Amino acid sequence: MEAVVKKKVLTVDDSRTMREMVAFTLKGAGYEVVEANDGQHALTVLGNDKVDLVIADLNMPIMDGLTLIRKLRATPQYRTTPILMLTTEADDKKKAEGRAAGATGWIVKPFDPSKLISVVQKVCG
Amino acid sequence: MEDLQQFKQTYFDESGEFLAVAEAGLLRLAPGNVDLDEVNAIFRAVHSIKGGGGAFGFSELVAFAHEFETVMDGVRSCTIAVTDALVNTLIRANDILAQLLAHARDGTKPELGFADPVVVALRHHAQTAADAVQESPAPSTPATNLPETVSRVVTVRFQPKADLLMTGNDPTFMLRALTHLGTAEIECDVGGLPTLAHLEPELLYLQWLVTLTTDASLVDIQDVFEFVSDDSLVEITEHSADGASPTASPSETDEAAGGAVTPGLAPATRTEATVATVAGAASPSQLALYEASAPALAAGDSKAAAGKSSTAGDGAHLNLGGHTIRVDLDKIDRLVNMVGEMVITQAMVAEHVRDLPPGQFQELLEGLEQLAQHTRELRESVMSIRAQPVSSVFSRMPRLVRELSSETGKDVVLITAGENTEVDKTVVENLVDPLTHMIRNSIDHGLEKPDDREAVGKPRTGTVHLSAQHRSGRIVIEVADDGRGIDRPKVLQTAIKRGLVQPGINLSDEEIDNLIFVPGFSTADKISNISGRGVGMDVVRRNVSNLGGRIGVYSAPGQGSRFVLSLPLTLAVLDGMVISVGLERFVLPLTNIVESLRPKATDLHGLVNRCDVMMARGEYVRLVYLHQLFGIPDAIVDATKGLVVLVETEDGGRLGLVVDEVLGQQQVVIKSLESNYRRLDGVAAATILGDGRVALILDVAGLQEMSQHARSPASRSVADAAIQLPAL
Repeated sequence: MEAVVKKKVLTVDDSRTMREMVAFTLKGAGYEVVEANDGQHALTVLGNDKVDLVIADLNMPIMDGLTLIRKLRATPQYRTTPILMLTTEADDKKKAEGRAAGATGWIVKPFDPSKLISVVQKVCG
Repeated sequence: MEDLQQFKQTYFDESGEFLAVAEAGLLRLAPGNVDLDEVNAIFRAVHSIKGGGGAFGFSELVAFAHEFETVMDGVRSCTIAVTDALVNTLIRANDILAQLLAHARDGTKPELGFADPVVVALRHHAQTAADAVQESPAPSTPATNLPETVSRVVTVRFQPKADLLMTGNDPTFMLRALTHLGTAEIECDVGGLPTLAHLEPELLYLQWLVTLTTDASLVDIQDVFEFVSDDSLVEITEHSADGASPTASPSETDEAAGGAVTPGLAPATRTEATVATVAGAASPSQLALYEASAPALAAGDSKAAAGKSSTAGDGAHLNLGGHTIRVDLDKIDRLVNMVGEMVITQAMVAEHVRDLPPGQFQELLEGLEQLAQHTRELRESVMSIRAQPVSSVFSRMPRLVRELSSETGKDVVLITAGENTEVDKTVVENLVDPLTHMIRNSIDHGLEKPDDREAVGKPRTGTVHLSAQHRSGRIVIEVADDGRGIDRPKVLQTAIKRGLVQPGINLSDEEIDNLIFVPGFSTADKISNISGRGVGMDVVRRNVSNLGGRIGVYSAPGQGSRFVLSLPLTLAVLDGMVISVGLERFVLPLTNIVESLRPKATDLHGLVNRCDVMMARGEYVRLVYLHQLFGIPDAIVDATKGLVVLVETEDGGRLGLVVDEVLGQQQVVIKSLESNYRRLDGVAAATILGDGRVALILDVAGLQEMSQHARSPASRSVADAAIQLPAL
């Protein structure tokens, strides 16, 4: 029954709690999860690892989420990879900025674990 | 979100409610009685527990909830048939889930493998269903088994903008999400495809028309296109009648957002051109198309659908939330405490004012009168905050009856009344044990086997009535059965055998019935799994009495027996009799008092080196001199000059308390001695009287115990307590 290949998700957040919550929830739903502390770290991780989905916080030290999204969209390998941004509330301005940068969609924090899973399934199966 | 801990309490509270919902639903679930709404509610409950558990890293709980949820999902989609065995497994699963939650809350590890038998059973049910689906040639049937009344037909026209893929969005996943909402018939319009020469491999040329038979809300459907609805055409049309032929084509009104489609020839790269018509949600073979590009885990399907269900559940929860708020119990207790203080202060002021010359302070007196009234109302309102309906306890009983019924092979119907009767939260919590025992007793000992019932002309099914009502400031709970009643000869025989009753003594029927509460009686020769939980009715009576309650039994041979339990509505105030010994004041709970009398010298008898006894109404009663017991100076030593208050403990023992004077009846606010000082033998709690003095509330059962041991062991402590307490 179990599919052999798990989808891999990268969660980028400077908050360990947040990363762990995302990781735990998604692992529970059968995804493989890798983590990064910030945008720069994410690029390093992505350099070694192909992922199916990136979930990025926007406000992070060193490299913020929007910069990360723009950089990924400029990288051929990640031009069409789904990227979800984490926004703190239903902030339309942030959403618009994110979409302009190339984000696929968004997740509003704090999120319900089942909501996270359904959003992730909506963009990467 | 930084601090997960703050959500944990909410999670456990909610999970408790979910467990109750699931249990209530499971108890109503029976072969031939499958209410899909209810099944959905159970599914949502388990799912929500699992979802939250995931957030907090309760991996064992999540793993188990997943097994549970998988089976519920099967029941929901009618792939798993509802049988008695299944319901039993599910009820056990709910128990395990409760235990896992308790472990998670307490941070303890569950015993290794304790859930395994249930997991095995759950998997068995899931597997049987899976096999059945495999064999079935038409696997898309499950959804059609759903009652059509809730489903309706919705058409969704989805024309993504050409460069949708550039944002990382993929139409296949959205279409897949739609199939989770119901039965989807998906048509792909390939008319927009350009010729190969003009085809941009990264642009989208396809559009879809989905005919969805679903009970999902429009919001759920719109939610699927949440990220793309801004710049792609998404048109959702609802059709009223169920089963209406899905011919409706989208109206051409909303063309604005449609992405420009250039004509061409060849198929697009990412979206399989083969996706022509795809029907069915639950069919593995049909989903395979999507699975190819989306290798999700086995449970992926149920997850997405579940996500939607739990959202719906949240909505319902929010609606409820409009009328209630969650408040920390400590806060309420502080409030109750403050109001208690206020009642005392008010009583003190009223007492001082009484000494004022009359007529001179009319307005002050009127104001105080009003204050007194408002204080009373305030106290009642505050007490009512802590009040809860007994339904939370009553609702657990059908489960018990069900279990007992199957264990004993007796058919039982439980009829409840007065579930909404309210009583203090602590009292409610303490009701569970006595109620459980009373009902166990009724079913195990009271009701006859169906054949025996028939033989004496009763219906084969026995009845147990459980009711609650308010009666004179107390809550009275009755458990009545229509069984054979208490077997008095056997009870008497047992009591004699155990040395509880002297042979040859004449006992009234009522006295015999109440022997079942005597300590040492119910160490029955046959310890059944049901009544013999190692706790007898004596323990029940003691626990009830600790709460200031009483329990009794009334029985009619051949017609049944009736347990009556009465408890105070609150544990914060008590109806007491204030008595004086020397300069000390004590409060005796009114429920313990039989009568007070002034004995004649001829009534008193001394026992050598032991204690005095008194003849009261033809019975010898042991006398307890409170002044002696507590070491109080200047008290009346001679019982014939003071008073004897006859008190009775809950297990029927009688004592005569020798006191100076009975001052009067008063409602007092109970102050814990343990939290303010320490526990004292013979003292239940303390209170502050209207004149500001501290009075100890006596514990009659404790006094009885003390009087049987050495004399005045607690004398010093009481003197200490009296000094310390005014600083409360």
